[in-house]
Amino acid sequence: MNINTKVTICGIELKNPIMTASGTFGSGMEYSEFTDLNRLGAVVTKGVANVPWEGNGTPRVAETPSGMMNAIGLQNPGVDVFIRRDLEFLRKFDTKVIVNVCGHSEEEYCEVVERLADEPRVDMLEINISCPNVKEGGIAFGTDPHTAERITAAVKKKAHQPVIMKLSPNVTSIPDMARAVEAGGADAVSLINTITGMKIDVNRRRFLLANKTGGVSGPAIHPIAVRMVYEAAHSVHIPVIGMGGCTDAESALEFIMAGAAGVAVGTANFRDPHAAVRIISGIETFMRQQGVNNINELIGCV
Amino acid sequence: MTEKFQECAAVVRQEAIGNGIYSLYLKTGSVAAHAVPGQFVSLYCADKSRLLPRPISICRTDPENGVIRLVYRLAGEGTKEFSGLQPGDSVDIIGPLGNGYPLSKGGRGRSSLLIGGGIGIPPLLELAAQLEGKREIVLGFRSEQFLTEEFKSYGSVYIATEDGSFGTRGNVLDAVNAHRLTADVIYACGPMVMLHFVRQFAIRHGIPCYLSLEERMACGVGACLGCVCKTVKKDAHSQVNNARVCTEGPVFNALDVEI
Repeated sequence: MNINTKVTICGIELKNPIMTASGTFGSGMEYSEFTDLNRLGAVVTKGVANVPWEGNGTPRVAETPSGMMNAIGLQNPGVDVFIRRDLEFLRKFDTKVIVNVCGHSEEEYCEVVERLADEPRVDMLEINISCPNVKEGGIAFGTDPHTAERITAAVKKKAHQPVIMKLSPNVTSIPDMARAVEAGGADAVSLINTITGMKIDVNRRRFLLANKTGGVSGPAIHPIAVRMVYEAAHSVHIPVIGMGGCTDAESALEFIMAGAAGVAVGTANFRDPHAAVRIISGIETFMRQQGVNNINELIGCV
Repeated sequence: MTEKFQECAAVVRQEAIGNGIYSLYLKTGSVAAHAVPGQFVSLYCADKSRLLPRPISICRTDPENGVIRLVYRLAGEGTKEFSGLQPGDSVDIIGPLGNGYPLSKGGRGRSSLLIGGGIGIPPLLELAAQLEGKREIVLGFRSEQFLTEEFKSYGSVYIATEDGSFGTRGNVLDAVNAHRLTADVIYACGPMVMLHFVRQFAIRHGIPCYLSLEERMACGVGACLGCVCKTVKKDAHSQVNNARVCTEGPVFNALDVEI
């Protein structure tokens, strides 16, 4: 039986809906030693800013039940080195490249987007207005609909590639946020970023992470993410990319059936370097078993 | 940087060699063939609710038989699971990870001072075995010793215990000072506070020094930027004063890091 796993998001055709989640996969270089990047629908790179960022102090990561917390704070080498080194590396692979962009201000986001505008290896941009671990920018832009709309409109003016706005779960209303970025001109939305959490080392009577709070990810947050993806898909007309605790084909298919055209695999890469490729194979098996010829039949089918 | 492998490693044997200290032998041809002293492997838990791989230093490598030995402390639920592994079981691992110690800094005709504290001691055993020349080995324990006898095959061993139950009472530097030890190069692994003072000692005496650092890790392969340490100069990969302990390290020249 011939199956078609291709999906088209903002006019860009992906060989399958599975991509890596920003921040969990670097630019693919490290995991390419273990797994085949050519199998992926897309690689979503770690957030990049106009200049290098130091990130937060350590400890930056902690395990939680069926999950983990991180407060990396968007450490990145800056867009110049990113273009020279990371984008150059990705030229070797037959997969789409989605570049995640971060900033402290509207101007900083726009500066990065302008630098990337004419890079042929960049297929799409994902604008991170939802990082919970930086004080300015990040989540500050992703929790107020008016600010989110304004940033989206500003970025759209500079971008030559489709713009995905990455939404935070740390809001009262996902539909309000999704509609705001759609009104700003977003070509797609992706969600969810991590859920802000806190972990305390009771023996030392201290916060476990140097940043005090961190973003919770992993299977523990998957049902929350599926609900939010469903809400977003039912409040906007632009494509939705789902993420949050996807670990296997079943958890990826839940996002797709909730309305996601693409699914990002994040923390699961830490648990298994082959996670994303394994999920792609699992979806193919599911389609064969269920007699589904085209994956697009499954998007939003619930 | 050595090539990395993902393997399902068969358990050869495991025994407790101290209170909460386990010695685990794994059959893993590729890792055993490529690992150098000071590198580590990451072990995945069978319990899928524990997501993060556990980084554990390699204590001995036996490339002929394709076996590595890990000596680790029972520290939580993950290592508790590993402590139950028996012959016939297997465990998913990736490795060898990290850079390892520069062996050429010691070598024939040169003297090396190896300083280990607590669960930082195990990776120094393979280092001691592979170094040439005079080796003086200082091991620090809270109280109970482990691996001491095995180190004696490779050099003079000096012990420090916090409770004074054996050797010098105090820490490893108290033992170094008590025996007036010096060398052409220092290799150390242990708690960060110990490494901080070993670094100061090395700088004060003008001795080249290589420190194996520890930090909480997530991916273990350099992708997540979870396990960084502060560097004196701008790091080439990060473009800031942070280096990845799992990739640029875990072994750093003491002059290159701020701890």
